[in-house]
Amino acid sequence: MELMGPIPTKSRLEAYAKVAKYGFLIFLMLIVVSPFILGIWTSFLPTADIAKGALFSSHMTFQNYVDAVTTTPILRYLFNSLVISTITMLAQLLFCSMAAYAFVFLRFKGRKVLFYVFLSTMMLPFEAQVIPNFTTVRQMGLLDHYAVMIVPFLTTAFGTFMLRQAFMQMPNELKEASDIEGLSHLQYYWHVALPYCRISLLTLAAYSFLGSWNQYLWPMLTTFSDKFRPVQDGLKQLQSQETFNNWGMIQASAAIVVIPTLIVLFIGQHYFKAGLNEGSVK
Amino acid sequence: MEQQSVPSKTGVVGAGHHSVSSRLSKAWVREHMAALLFLGPSLLVLGIFVFYPMLKTLYLSFFLTNDAGEGTVFIGLTNYISLLKNPSYIASLVATLTYVILVSAITVVLGLVLAVAANQHLKGIKIFRTLFSSTMGVSVSVAAIFWLFVFNPSVGILTQLSNALHLPVLNWMTDPKLAMAAIVITTVWMHLGFTFLILFGSLQQVPSSLYEAAEIAGTSKWYQVLHITVPMISPTLFFVMIVTLIDAFKSFGLIDLMTAGGPNNATNLLVYRIYQDAFLNGNYGQASTESIILTVIIAVMTLLQFKLLEKRVNY
Repeated sequence: MELMGPIPTKSRLEAYAKVAKYGFLIFLMLIVVSPFILGIWTSFLPTADIAKGALFSSHMTFQNYVDAVTTTPILRYLFNSLVISTITMLAQLLFCSMAAYAFVFLRFKGRKVLFYVFLSTMMLPFEAQVIPNFTTVRQMGLLDHYAVMIVPFLTTAFGTFMLRQAFMQMPNELKEASDIEGLSHLQYYWHVALPYCRISLLTLAAYSFLGSWNQYLWPMLTTFSDKFRPVQDGLKQLQSQETFNNWGMIQASAAIVVIPTLIVLFIGQHYFKAGLNEGSVK
Repeated sequence: MEQQSVPSKTGVVGAGHHSVSSRLSKAWVREHMAALLFLGPSLLVLGIFVFYPMLKTLYLSFFLTNDAGEGTVFIGLTNYISLLKNPSYIASLVATLTYVILVSAITVVLGLVLAVAANQHLKGIKIFRTLFSSTMGVSVSVAAIFWLFVFNPSVGILTQLSNALHLPVLNWMTDPKLAMAAIVITTVWMHLGFTFLILFGSLQQVPSSLYEAAEIAGTSKWYQVLHITVPMISPTLFFVMIVTLIDAFKSFGLIDLMTAGGPNNATNLLVYRIYQDAFLNGNYGQASTESIILTVIIAVMTLLQFKLLEKRVNY
């Protein structure tokens, strides 16, 4: 039949090619998003149906979400994470930008050496430092409190490095003009440098927020109560308590956790890309 | 005062020079005070939470330790030697290497496929680009829950598919090889969004004239990817590979959530082992030694990454 059909014209060939292209894209998309879809889909199924292995149910329900919110501390975990991540983010913006300012605009002895000292910390994995750090925070009396998840991360070499690149790209004329105006370092930092580099600051904000939000090992070692436990470790808590028998509610909790980060990501996507490029410009 | 003596060292201090040098030193003091103010907080934090623990860990790796995590008896390199002779540690090392190599190779190849596919002029392509990068927003515990459900032996989708197609049901979490495969798959999935975004960014910088020339020469799409795209973005490919390798070496959360190092220690990767030895077994000396070995591995990788960053900028 097909062989007898009309010889495909160029435009028809192009149409086939287009269908193939979309087909391939949809195939790839399904690979990437199917775990999401499956998870979120099952969060609407009654647990009894999930336990039977059914992927469809005659009564889709919000009950899992209601259960998660009313019978587990998931909202408290979310709130804890929000507090920890927001404070960590603000602190990193302040301290990283201050350090970066010093490296770019101040002339002091040992500047170069100190900069390499900062850079070298990027080679040292936090995972290899947890043993003494645990002793330190215990001696400071910070265990099982918000502070324990904030204080060790008040600054990062990565953030300093990134903002240093941004400050270095500021035009020299700005500094010269403000020197003539007699602006102090503090004034120039606050009124000129920070506003000028606000895109880089937003990028770092997104990074440090998500970085703090995704912490797992450190909070697991240092928080023991629902009052301060962040959401990543909270999810594990729910999972181990509900072992296997309440998949619907676990999936609903996961969905509650993932949706805010997806929103942050989609809004901040542009800044992420900008930051990735900036981080690589020397 | 020390500050005042510094500028005057440079020349003979005469009556005429004096006012200049004291003004210089005033500026010098002000500049250094500012430096202290701006850098002080960061130095303090890095000192307490990065440099001190690193040195302490190095120190502890040469000692026997007590329950409180204090060094008691200096034993030199004994911890290192006994670790490297310990078949279970070597097995961990091998498992970690297997894991990181599989993760970074598969992530980069899949990321490249996604990036090439997304780098077309088609209607609605932006939606695909956003969805391809979406796993960047997934944290470790959410990923673990999604995939534990996929791999679940009784209600998981893979089990159901096998049943429906009358294929043998695989025991993902109880077979050592399959458990490794499960954490590799989950890790790749988590890294895919980030890798895609970086590779896609660098694809867009490849001059389109190269493709147009290849088009005129009548080459296939596949040929163009292998002979134009890959060489042009190779610095970025190596860069994301190293970033993924470093991240994979530090994997902890997924292991804790999905396998707890099992079955039979098949997924007992380096960081999980440090955690077990230090916080479950109280063997701080050995855990410190493992931490130092991990640090050396990560440091070498990071130096490599810095070198590649320079290259990535130059081309």
